[in-house]
Amino acid sequence: MSEESGEFWRWREYRHTQPSMDWHDAKIITGGVDIGSVGSKAVVMVDGELYAYSVMRTGGVSEETAIKVTNWALEGTGLKTENLHHVVGTGYGRVNVPFANKTITEIACHARGAHYIYGPTVRTVLDIGGQDCKAIRCDDKGKVMSFLMNDKCAAGTGRGLEVFADLIRIPIEEVGKVSLTVTEEPPPVSNTCVIFAKAESVALLRQGWPKERVAAAYHLAMVDRIIDLLTKVGIEKDFVITGGVAKNIGIVSRLERNLGIKPLEAKLDPILAGALGAALFAKALYEKQIGLR
Amino acid sequence: MITAGVDVGAKYVKTVLLEDGKKVLTGTIGPVGFDVSKSATEVFEKALLNANLKREQINQVVATGMGRKSVHQTPPINAREIVPEVIADAKGTHHLIPTVKTVIDVGAEEGRGVKVGENGGVKDFVINERCAAGAGTFIETMARALEVGVEDMGPLALKSTNVIPMNAQCCVFAESEVVTLIHSKISKEDIAKAIHDAMASRIASMVLRMGVEKDVALIGGVARNTGFLPPLKKELNTEIIVPEHPEYVGALGAAMLAFEMEGQK
Repeated sequence: MSEESGEFWRWREYRHTQPSMDWHDAKIITGGVDIGSVGSKAVVMVDGELYAYSVMRTGGVSEETAIKVTNWALEGTGLKTENLHHVVGTGYGRVNVPFANKTITEIACHARGAHYIYGPTVRTVLDIGGQDCKAIRCDDKGKVMSFLMNDKCAAGTGRGLEVFADLIRIPIEEVGKVSLTVTEEPPPVSNTCVIFAKAESVALLRQGWPKERVAAAYHLAMVDRIIDLLTKVGIEKDFVITGGVAKNIGIVSRLERNLGIKPLEAKLDPILAGALGAALFAKALYEKQIGLR
Repeated sequence: MITAGVDVGAKYVKTVLLEDGKKVLTGTIGPVGFDVSKSATEVFEKALLNANLKREQINQVVATGMGRKSVHQTPPINAREIVPEVIADAKGTHHLIPTVKTVIDVGAEEGRGVKVGENGGVKDFVINERCAAGAGTFIETMARALEVGVEDMGPLALKSTNVIPMNAQCCVFAESEVVTLIHSKISKEDIAKAIHDAMASRIASMVLRMGVEKDVALIGGVARNTGFLPPLKKELNTEIIVPEHPEYVGALGAAMLAFEMEGQK
């Protein structure tokens, strides 16, 4: 863990291969590479099923990250990038995936990926990523009907949460859980801007507020901001949350309470939604190309 | 008659002592600590000491700035009245440079534009108070990302003539962008310039919403930053006057207002 280094924002990178699956007899192998502003994700799908994936931090040079994250997803599988029949790039750095056959916006990919993870009943997807927050309305095919996004301001994004985790010196993976240990919810942090909210949090800590209470106040402010966005686009059930922040229980449980709507539980890692959507689009594109569709 | 103006800002407290609404006796400045009213008191008492005066000899005190409430009718400063920054800004600038019709005040956490009317009144104003990207904090945060002192940012920017676009508006995102630019081997000079360009464009677009009428003055702590002035001039397509002590203008305006209040009695 990063506790010694003092880098509390630094979340764990990981990869996984589905042990029960084999790609040797597969008809179509596709890749989805989601280069986000903070995290990059690569998935490999074998005949439309998730086979392998990796999640890592986006580095200074997007091209290098795209190659690294994809190679890591393929590690130990015997597959190489050349074996992927079709690859779609998505996310903030989608134009920087050198081996991608096509790029598709993350809005479309997230809706498509959420449809795969949660099923056809999904109508509202909230994606909270590193540097943006999107509220997407979609149909029973996972097609985007409308969306709203905040990509101008760090308030209500994962990066804002990282900054805060560093400030109160609680690892990013635990900060949500810690925020829920308060016996009573404090008033939310009043500043919108993360820079000002940080200063406000420092003042609260100096006043003697325990860390978990400051964390609760910060999480509540973030939730208020996210609900503003959701309300503008309109929420229809079923409601799901994707992106890295979907793993923060302090955000998810408060969203559920304040919205009065329970989000569906994820059967797969919700951070993969964009990359999964990209790999599924890659499959459809490849089928079209070889005349299967 | 002696009046005082106390400007309790987000990062610094400023005090000005004024004689008969004309002559500045002294100006003092100090950082805002955890206890805002204690910080303000220290700066205020330093001004009294400089001018060799006692609190009883000050006829009237007016306070302004984000933390003005902390000294409002509270001893020892005991400001009788408090006024918003834009009123103090207009008054102070008008006193110094009567031809100014537009004041741009960029402080640590707020950026403001004020249209000055006759006698230094406020005709119109715009404020950015919700976002650090349009305030001095932006430059400070970027200086940290570049690992240079905040006072070196301006001179550094002036060394560059290149235009590097910054995509991020948000301070937090811009920090990541600066790191990416460093990785891409862009020089610190070019990045510093890009930062000042971005901030000038933000302040300009806010002020242009209100409308800009000549003469234009820039005040507040950021007016000390030499790298900020050229891109702001360019964005607004006008000359900009910076008074000699730009960070004291709000406090001076408050002291002027105190003088006018006292005169009406």
